[in-house]
Amino acid sequence: MYRYDSFDQRLVDERVAQFRDQTQRYLAGQLTEDDFRPLRLQNGLYIQKYAPMLRISIPYGLLSTRQLRRLAHIGRRYDRGYGHFTTRQNLQFNWPKLEDVPDILAELASVQMHAIQTSGNCIRNITSDHFAGAAGDEVVDPRPYSELVRQWAALNPEFAYLPRKFKIAITAATTDRTALLVHDIGLQIVRNDQDEIGFRVIVGGGLGRTPMIGHVIREFLPRAEILNYLEAILRVYNRYGRRDNKFKARVKILVKDRSPAVFAREVEDEWSHLRGGPSTVPDEEIERLAAHFPAPAYETFAGDDPGYRSELADNRPFSNWAQRNVHPHKMAGYAIVTLSLKQTGVPPGDVTSDQMDAIADLADRYSFAELRVSHEQNLIFADVRQADLFTLWTELKALGVATPNLGLLTNIVCCPGGDFCSLANAKSIPIAQAIQRRFDDLDYLHDIGELDLNISGCMNACGHHHIGHIGILGVDKNGSEWYQVSIGGAQGDEAALGKVIGPSFAAHQMPDVISRLIDAYIDHRHDDERFVDTVRRIGLEPFKERVYATAAH
Amino acid sequence: MPRQLIKDGSVVDDRWTLVRELGADALSQAAIIVPLPVWRANRDALRARGDVGVWLAPSDDPADIAPDAATLPVIAVDFPQFTDGRGYSIGRLLRERHGFAGELRAIGDVQHDQLYYLAQCGFNAFSIRSDRNAEDALAGLTAFSDGYQSTTLRTPWFRRRAAAAAR
Repeated sequence: MYRYDSFDQRLVDERVAQFRDQTQRYLAGQLTEDDFRPLRLQNGLYIQKYAPMLRISIPYGLLSTRQLRRLAHIGRRYDRGYGHFTTRQNLQFNWPKLEDVPDILAELASVQMHAIQTSGNCIRNITSDHFAGAAGDEVVDPRPYSELVRQWAALNPEFAYLPRKFKIAITAATTDRTALLVHDIGLQIVRNDQDEIGFRVIVGGGLGRTPMIGHVIREFLPRAEILNYLEAILRVYNRYGRRDNKFKARVKILVKDRSPAVFAREVEDEWSHLRGGPSTVPDEEIERLAAHFPAPAYETFAGDDPGYRSELADNRPFSNWAQRNVHPHKMAGYAIVTLSLKQTGVPPGDVTSDQMDAIADLADRYSFAELRVSHEQNLIFADVRQADLFTLWTELKALGVATPNLGLLTNIVCCPGGDFCSLANAKSIPIAQAIQRRFDDLDYLHDIGELDLNISGCMNACGHHHIGHIGILGVDKNGSEWYQVSIGGAQGDEAALGKVIGPSFAAHQMPDVISRLIDAYIDHRHDDERFVDTVRRIGLEPFKERVYATAAH
Repeated sequence: MPRQLIKDGSVVDDRWTLVRELGADALSQAAIIVPLPVWRANRDALRARGDVGVWLAPSDDPADIAPDAATLPVIAVDFPQFTDGRGYSIGRLLRERHGFAGELRAIGDVQHDQLYYLAQCGFNAFSIRSDRNAEDALAGLTAFSDGYQSTTLRTPWFRRRAAAAAR
């Protein structure tokens, strides 16, 4: 992974010193709440319902075991012994003290981490494919490009006070695992007919209050021009994005209001001035960054591990887990393993400090001392020998992170919701837990098949409910908590926004509502048809009829 | 009156008067900085004086002042709230595209914690918000020693690193 040199380290250290000074001036009354708020947000610090919340950046989801152990330590020392992985591949602590935050940032800096731009109206953490470098469907390893864009975005003087937050995702895979089409900018690394590497540039996607699918504004951008082009997009947005209404301030609104074609023309015009300028990236820089991501010391195997094959045949629970949570690797004899942070009874994405330490030990032993965070709030060991899978599985089970539910209904993506977040209209974690309890039968869960269920506690959509096959949105009705249900959303290459099925429900109705949706699906499905495919084929009506036939009480 | 202007790294006396609204005698004062619409309406007369600068609102287009960039002694850019970041792009455009080499001044809600980024975007003068101490704010100019990106003061770090490695 990318390792800081003295230059990178100095910037992060200076950021810690800057924030320490800002915090001191705030506590001394020299900075007002209004003046301090944007500054602390750009360091990931929210003041939440019960306590501050600190969001730590995990660039493109990549973590070393040393870093994970430091996060475990921070959780223990400054919080309540756990952390929460987010849909932007970050980690949040929910109970730090404001006056401790500078010390926490210093602890992070000591392991080459920070909380820069994890909140606020600026360029947020760059997200990417959690299988990067290990998947077999990549044009090229995207990580050097993610790092290039991370450096450009970090502490960028021109774009610290944008109209609204700005999210960039990068993938180099032919199958999108990053929700590329619902980002402010989605960058797909491609290879053209001349065998040159470049970017397909997508702008104006996003979730939140006004969900939209992004538009391709350039089919092929030579890789050397990436920073010039990003600067052009951000400059057009910074100058012309709406600032009078925060609900209309995202770039997607600007793209829609001007039309994608007009927006693209403005960007191209701005780019024409910047093209070939100082930020043009030489091949040598990309090679330098690529050298930070060498292939691990893989052993050579002829094919699948025979021992793994026989365990698969003999052990049903193991094969269930392997079927769901193990993905093919580009190297023969290796596999990509997903640790499910979606065990029934545990808030989705939550991990205790003890679990973090134990997971770090396992990653040291089985996956070259690195791991990744996925935007579905799970953890990934990207480089595991097939021969180790059975042993690893038994160890993961003991830690409670081997629930074989990846891609299934109980792999719920869920924001912290009203239990923690001051923006939320409604709680989301108890809804997730009630649904997980209802669908706790593994055979039934596997029979239902692939299903993405996403829950957001408000329309800011941190739980990405619009792109869930089933999406649940917490809404406020006269001060009480209700839940609006949509179906037919999807992420990835088939990205689509779900449609609301009708009036919202009370919390206690939700497990029944989901059961009825599933019953309707099972009645109507064709062979091998996923829930979302059935919705697309037969439409909302049969599902509505089932759910609202008699009131679900 | 405390001195509120930081220029080229020091707190200095301010010889310019900012004309926010056009009163009866506003234009008769010496050394004034006028709004862009006023400049455009009286361009020839104001230009001849040589002691008139222009200030831009965040929604103004810096290209509109480009023909005068070579002769204007000062251009100011207004920040109605420090969270309105349009002026950062305006600063870079004035310096990098329109060739302005005179005093580029940030006015409005200008404070300690914005100075470093403003300086990287071409500003060399900062009219510190009246309820803040300009001497205290000076430290904001040196919050960081360097950065990755290309700005009006530096080329991207990857270029300088490569050049240093080649030496």
